[in-house]
Amino acid sequence: MVFDSKIPEGPLAEKWTKHKFNLKLVNPANKRKYDIIVVGTGLAGASAAASFGEMGYNVKAFFYQDSARRAHSIAAQGGINAAKNYPNDNDSIFRLFYDTIKGGDYRSREANVYRLAEVSNNIIDQCVAQGVPFAREYGGLLDNRSFGGAQVSRTFYARGQTGQQLLLGAYSALSRQVAAGKVKLYKRTEMLNLVLVEGKARGIVARNLITGKIESHSAHAVVLATGGYGNVFFLATYAMGCNGSAVWRAHKKGALFANPCFTQIHPTCIPVHGDQQSKLTLMSESLRNDGRVWVPKEKSTVEKIRKKEIQPNDVPEDERDYYLERIYPSFGNLVPRDVASRNAKNVCDEGRGVGETGLAVYLDFRDAIKQFGIDVIKAKYGNLFQMYEKITADNPYNTPMMIYPAIHYTMGGLWVDYNLMTNIPGLYATGECNFSDHGANRLGASALMQGLADGYFIIPYTIGDYLAGMPYDKVPEDHPEFKKSEEEVKHRINKLLNINGNRTVDEFHKELGRILWENCGMARNETGLKEAKKEIRELREAYWKDVKVLGINEELNMTLEKALRVADFMELGEVMIDDALDRRESCGGHFREESQTEEGEAKRNDEHFSYVSVWEYKGDNKPEVLHKENLKFENVKLTQRSYK
Amino acid sequence: MEKGRSYTLKVWRQKNAASRGEFKTYQVNDVSSGSSFLEMLDILNEELTKKGEDPIHFDHDCREGICGTCSLFINGRPHGPEEEITVCQLHMRTFQDGQTITIEPWRARAFPVIKDLVVDRSAFDRIIQAGGFISVNTGAAPDANAIPIARENAEVAMDAAACIGCGACVAACKNASAMLFVAAKISQLAMLPQGKVERKRRAQKMVEQMDKEGFGSCTNTYACSAECPKGIEFTHIARLNREYLTSKFTS
Ligand SMILES: Cc1cc2nc3c(=O)[nH]c(=O)nc-3n(C[C@H](O)[C@H](O)[C@H](O)COP(=O)(O)OP(=O)(O)OC[C@H]3O[C@@H](n4cnc5c(N)ncnc54)[C@H](O)[C@@H]3O)c2cc1C
Ligand code: FES
Repeated sequence: MVFDSKIPEGPLAEKWTKHKFNLKLVNPANKRKYDIIVVGTGLAGASAAASFGEMGYNVKAFFYQDSARRAHSIAAQGGINAAKNYPNDNDSIFRLFYDTIKGGDYRSREANVYRLAEVSNNIIDQCVAQGVPFAREYGGLLDNRSFGGAQVSRTFYARGQTGQQLLLGAYSALSRQVAAGKVKLYKRTEMLNLVLVEGKARGIVARNLITGKIESHSAHAVVLATGGYGNVFFLATYAMGCNGSAVWRAHKKGALFANPCFTQIHPTCIPVHGDQQSKLTLMSESLRNDGRVWVPKEKSTVEKIRKKEIQPNDVPEDERDYYLERIYPSFGNLVPRDVASRNAKNVCDEGRGVGETGLAVYLDFRDAIKQFGIDVIKAKYGNLFQMYEKITADNPYNTPMMIYPAIHYTMGGLWVDYNLMTNIPGLYATGECNFSDHGANRLGASALMQGLADGYFIIPYTIGDYLAGMPYDKVPEDHPEFKKSEEEVKHRINKLLNINGNRTVDEFHKELGRILWENCGMARNETGLKEAKKEIRELREAYWKDVKVLGINEELNMTLEKALRVADFMELGEVMIDDALDRRESCGGHFREESQTEEGEAKRNDEHFSYVSVWEYKGDNKPEVLHKENLKFENVKLTQRSYK
Repeated sequence: MEKGRSYTLKVWRQKNAASRGEFKTYQVNDVSSGSSFLEMLDILNEELTKKGEDPIHFDHDCREGICGTCSLFINGRPHGPEEEITVCQLHMRTFQDGQTITIEPWRARAFPVIKDLVVDRSAFDRIIQAGGFISVNTGAAPDANAIPIARENAEVAMDAAACIGCGACVAACKNASAMLFVAAKISQLAMLPQGKVERKRRAQKMVEQMDKEGFGSCTNTYACSAECPKGIEFTHIARLNREYLTSKFTS
């Protein structure tokens, strides 16, 4: 298997400029002879589709929601990074690059991350020009805040709705191209297969979710921008429809999958209320600036609270364990996401977790309110407190909040080269669905940046390099390869509809989520992972024998939609486990129990694991093959993180 | 948290766009007061599936009140009885144990029913396509701080931009007018210097498209604002009217 990352030679800061110059161009008059399929209209997809349209290409954009504006990017709250250095606090492209690569625990490519930092400033310019109402200071200039422990203020934001505003900006640009006739939208349409002709990506097979019609779409190149696969865990902060099907189908057609086990767990989510829960809600990380995290020292106190014999506020100071402050005196409650998450899990595993399920810790504002006054806290967190109260019916001004970690982002994804092309010629992956920029851990406010960098400023150039070498001829949609791919899809659908077993799709999905969360979540070890692999296989077999999917294909059938997604998650989950098994180091958000320091902290192993894990599909029921892309670091020095 | 609650649901069932719909009554048990409204429907759907009955179809995605996908008309009100939230943010503790709850889709000529509680809102997309944008190509933007924008104006723009495009305003209006939706976008862009260049054309085109889609006319009842989950104010409608009139007089 040959795969070349195509990282340009030369000094880091000149790579992208030189590379751009070397890319082949498509003559403006010839662009209209090329068709491009974009799957996904989140930040990564909408920005790419709009830009392609402006450049003159013919674009078909697909998404499963009823409107392009509803892609999951809409839910991002906190903000987007850029190296503008408007606050004059000595930020720079190099510093943003450095923070991002260090934040990723040195498991991403220097060249990609540097380019991301380099184009970050153009993103802000573009969005402002589109009418994105970023927060401003009284002087009328843009406001910045610091985010995720960064030492500079480089995060641009639009209240708590940054993702929404950026997406609506991209959606408006997309809408303009629809009006111009350059982009055609396919709403409520789900990609279920990739079509290769002579080894090149030439189209997709998709299901019209309203009529059930299985449709073929042909193009000269296919761009996947389908977001993350975190819903493999069932409970996550993702929107309900987020799925891994598009990337998984591409993988089964030969696209390599990188770092599948790198998923991000966010420490401040609202805890699970019970087994009727359908998803988890994120509370902004900024809360840890003033809230103190604790659980009772004794299990007996936990019991008393649970039986409502006492209230959390009744627990005296010396019976509280402010465990983050105790273990990490210099960072305290502000340790990075992974450390905060793992420690919450530890105290809950010890039986000291609070709440009805025992899977929660307190985040207490009592002392902050005492110190700064209620008005200051209200001004900072009012909307978050209100949102918390709406969901839990508890008032955080009077009683501590309860939080617990949840799956929030997937760093893993399709392997891409520097041009964002997968190893399949003509197949690209952008945004969260590729693996490229965040290594083993993503820094806050960098996913929005990456999605828009990919879509506005990278792929519009790199795709031309490929298309310039392509003949204009179109592959007809009744080509045997399309027919074959359609048949594969129809076969899967019929199979699912005909099982008529006893267990619902959600029951299977919950079980899959449990296996992965317990064994391939925050902490992993070899025994657990091996057991999980066996369990997933059994579950998958049971699924294809006992799942109950009602209705027919030729109608809106949301159970069928879910069933197809869960079927793919069942397969993807197994590769996550293979990958976690191989990575016998603790890294980023992943605590590999066999690899820890004497104090029980995560121990990265650069000597043996400084590589991207690249998985190749070899056929049903055959083990996937692991390839390694070794990471070279020429501009940063690798250091172990310490927060003590 | 209280477990084991029961509710009687009267739900609009409609097989597809062409068929006639009707209300059907269901009993749902074992609901926790901490469950969200949509989780309550999940519970019922799991039961229906087990019994071999087609689950109730409803639109939803983020379940956090931001994507604008969820769209249920509950006991006569879009998004249910609570102020300034979407139905996905509504929790069962709002309802009394044993209560009867009526659930319908958005009702509007411009939003035809697709199935059960799912409607087609693509009219909104077409209105934005008619002019709800600033014409700037990728890469053609000046430095973001080149044009200062008064904070008050930026804040008004943001208030308007908070619209999630759910369509509750249309569902709330006795004329099924889309004025608040259109006004929010026009207002956002009119408040920003970048949006001023195209303001006349934008107002005309968007209003024209709105009329074409079959939305009713606005008779200033303000039901739209009252039911908007994001609290978008009807003052934006006044701004739209101004934008539209000046565009008519000066074009
Ligand atoms: C609650 C929350 C808060 C966040 N906050 C921040 C933040 O403050 N800052 C930050 O930088 N990042 C944040 N993130 C992460 C960030 O929002 C996402 O990583 C990013 O928006 C992903 O964008 P995307 O374009 O890659 O994918 P998405 O926005 O997920 O879009 C995926 C698109 O693909 C389509 N699609 C998927 N599968 C298929 C299929 N099979 N067929 C057809 N279409 C398909 C969907 O319809 C959709 O249009 C947050 C994430 C969450 C969950
Ligand atoms: S499901 Fe997204 S707003 Fe309700």
